[in-house]
Amino acid sequence: MQVVNQGGDQMVLHVGPQHPGSGHFRIIVTIDGDYIVAAKPDPGYVHRGAEKMAEYRTYIQNIPHLERPVIIDATGITLPYVLAAERILDVESPERAQYIRMIMAELNRIISHLYWLAIYGIFLGHSTMFMWPMGDRELFIDLAESIGGTRVTFSFVVPGGVRNDIPEGFKERALKTFQYFEKRIKEYEEIFFNNPLMKSRTVGIGILKKQNAIKLGITGPNLRASGIDSDTRKDEPYCLYDEVNFDIPVYQEGDSYARCMVRLKELQQSMDIIRQVLDRMKPGPIKHVIRGVMRGEPGEAFVRTEAARGTMFFHIVSDGERFPYRVKISVPSFRNLIGMSHLLVGSRLADMPAVYWSLDYWPVEADK
Amino acid sequence: METFEDFLKRILSIIFWLLLLSPVIIFPIFFLIIPVLGISIPTTNEFLTALIDPIKGIQLADKYGVGPSSTFFKIAAFPGFTFAALMATLIILYERKLIAKVQLRVGPLYAGRFEGVLQPIADLFKLLGKEIIVPERADKLFFWLAPILSIGLGAALLAVLPLSPNIYIARSEVSLLIPFAIIGFTPLVILIAAWASSNKFAFIGGLRALHQLIAYEIPMLISVLGVVILSGSLDLMIIVESQQQVWFIIPQLLGAIIFYITILSELERTPFDIPEAETELVSGWLTEYTGMHFGLLQLGLYIKFYALSLLFTLLFLGGWYGPAFLPPLAWLLIKLFFVITVVILPRAVMPRLRIDQLMRLGWVWLIALSFINLFIAVIEVSLGLI
Repeated sequence: MQVVNQGGDQMVLHVGPQHPGSGHFRIIVTIDGDYIVAAKPDPGYVHRGAEKMAEYRTYIQNIPHLERPVIIDATGITLPYVLAAERILDVESPERAQYIRMIMAELNRIISHLYWLAIYGIFLGHSTMFMWPMGDRELFIDLAESIGGTRVTFSFVVPGGVRNDIPEGFKERALKTFQYFEKRIKEYEEIFFNNPLMKSRTVGIGILKKQNAIKLGITGPNLRASGIDSDTRKDEPYCLYDEVNFDIPVYQEGDSYARCMVRLKELQQSMDIIRQVLDRMKPGPIKHVIRGVMRGEPGEAFVRTEAARGTMFFHIVSDGERFPYRVKISVPSFRNLIGMSHLLVGSRLADMPAVYWSLDYWPVEADK
Repeated sequence: METFEDFLKRILSIIFWLLLLSPVIIFPIFFLIIPVLGISIPTTNEFLTALIDPIKGIQLADKYGVGPSSTFFKIAAFPGFTFAALMATLIILYERKLIAKVQLRVGPLYAGRFEGVLQPIADLFKLLGKEIIVPERADKLFFWLAPILSIGLGAALLAVLPLSPNIYIARSEVSLLIPFAIIGFTPLVILIAAWASSNKFAFIGGLRALHQLIAYEIPMLISVLGVVILSGSLDLMIIVESQQQVWFIIPQLLGAIIFYITILSELERTPFDIPEAETELVSGWLTEYTGMHFGLLQLGLYIKFYALSLLFTLLFLGGWYGPAFLPPLAWLLIKLFFVITVVILPRAVMPRLRIDQLMRLGWVWLIALSFINLFIAVIEVSLGLI
C-alpha cells in the first residue's frame, strides 16, 4: 500500500458518495488514530434545481414536482407548498379536507420515522432493527395508499382541498393497525432502545448543547432532543392542529440516544393525533373546486409547517402569471447538516454512523 | 459485443486446441513420469468397473491408497476438508434461515424447491461467475495469497479435532494446543489481505481485526486452561473421555462463557463484527475482494466457525457422549448445532460494539475473569470435586 503523508499521523477518508454508510453525499473525514479531527460535509450530488424548475410549472404541476426531494415524507413537503399556494390563489379548503390533510401528514411522519429507525438500526449493526420497522412501515404505507392511491408519492394535497375522501372502513383499519403497532413499539424498546449495547453506543455520543442547537439553527426532533420545546404544530398551528391535544416529546440530553427517543415518542403522538382526528371528522365537502386556469394575485406567501425532519418553510412569490415567479424552500435537512460537522469533530470514527444518522439527514432534500 | 456465434466458435476452438495438445501433455505423464516414480495406476478395465459398481470402486480405491481408511481420504474428504466445507455451507444456510425467522422474513426460499436448501450452491456458482478484480495498486502476490492462506488456516484447524473415538485425522498428545497455534496466524493473514488491498477502509479494518484478535486470544487460551487442569491432559481425546460423568460446562461455567465470547470475537461476529462494520468501513478488510477470492475468504471464516464450535463442544459439552440410543457422531453433531445456534443468535439481537469498548472488555474484564476461572478449577481439583 502506498501511504501519502498528510502531515502527522492523520488520514483523510472520503466517506461517500459511493459508500454503504453515506447516502447521496460525502463527508470528508480527517482522522487521527480513532478520533475525527475534522469532518467536512460535501453535499450537492443530487442537486437538480427544484426551485428553478418550479418557476416553469403551474401551481398544480408543481405538486408532484416538489414532492420529489423528499418522497419519503411526501405530504410533509407538499402540504406547506399547497398552503402557500392557497394564499396566493386565495382559496379556502373545507374543514374535512383539513382533517384529511392532518391524517396524511401524520401518517407520512410515521412512515418517515420508521424508515429512519430501520436505517439507524442497520447503522449500528442491528439487522433485526432494520427488518422490523421496514416490515411494519408497510402497514402504514397500506393505510396511506388506501387514501392517496400510491405507495409513497401521493401528490394528494391540492390547492382547495384534497384529491380524494378517505375510503370506507378506513377508521377501523387504522385503529387496528395502531393497536398492533403500539405492541410493536414495546418490542422495539425491548430489543433496541433498552438494549445495553445500543445505549453504550449512543448515550453521551454526539452531544448537541442547547445554546449550540440554537446557534446552529437546528430544527425538528434534533432541536427537541436538545431541550428546546419547539414545534411548529404548536407554535404556529396550521390546518386544525390547535383543535387536537398532543404532547411534544422533549429531551434534555441532546445526545444521539435522546434524538432516537424523541422520534420514538413522536410515533406514538402521531397515532394519537390521527385517532383524535378520526373521532372529530364530520361528513362534508373535501375540495373547493377551482374552475379555469389557476392564476394567483401578485404577491408573496410564507408558510411554515412541521415536516418529519423539522420545520419546512416555503416562500412563494407570484407576479399574477400561471407560474409562480419564485419558489424558495428552506428544508430541515440542510439546516441539520450544519450541525453535523460540529458534532462529528472529536468523536470516534465508529461513532460516525451513530451521530450522522441520528440527525436524520436526507441528502436529496438538502440538495433539492 | 460478442455474438452467440462468436462465443460458440471460441468454445470450439478451445476444445480443438485442448484435443490437439492433450497427447503432448498426457503421453509423457503415462510413459515417462509414472514409470519413473513407480506409481501404480488403475488399468482401463478397473477404472470402468469402478465407474459402474461403487462397492468395487471403494475396494479399488483402497487398493490404490485413496480408500476411506487412507490418510488421504481422511484429510481430503471425511472428517477433513470436504466435510468441513459442507458443514460451512450448511452453517451459512442455517444462519440465513434462522436470522430470517427472528426478523419475520422467510430467508432463502426458491433454490432447491424446499426452503431454499440449494441457496449456498447457487451462491457458489454466482461467485464463480464473478470477475476477479485486483486493484491496480494492490500488492498482487499478497493479494492473491490471502484467500489461499485463509482457507488453508481454516482447514489446518481441523487436523487434530476428533469427531468420535475412531473418526479423526491425526492424534497428538498436545492436540488442544495445535488449534490455538494455528489461530495465532489469523491476524497475519488479515493484515496481509488488508495491506495488500491498498485501500484505506481495508487498512483500518485490518488494523481493527488485528487489535481485536490479539486482545481475545489471551483470555481464550486461559479460559481453556481450566479444562486442562480438570482433565489433566492436553489431548482432546482424553479431555472428552474425562467428561463421561459430568460435562465440563458445569464446573467450568465461567470458562465456557468466556470461551463463547472469545469465539464470537475470533469469528468477527456480532456484536464483535467491528472489522467489517459496513457503515463506516464498507466491508473492512474484505472490501477489495471480489468473486471467488471473496468466496474463499468467507469459506475460510466459516470453516473456522465450524472448527471453533466443534472445539467448544469437545471442551465443554462432553463431545460425543450421550445416551446410547444414538451413535456418538450423531450426539456430537446435535451438540455442535446447538453451539452453532448459540453463536449465530447474537447477530439477531445485538448492535455492534465500538473498538475501544471491545478492547476494554477483552484486556480488562475477560483476562481477569479467566484467571478467576483458573483458580476455580484449581480449587475444584484440590477439593476433589471432579
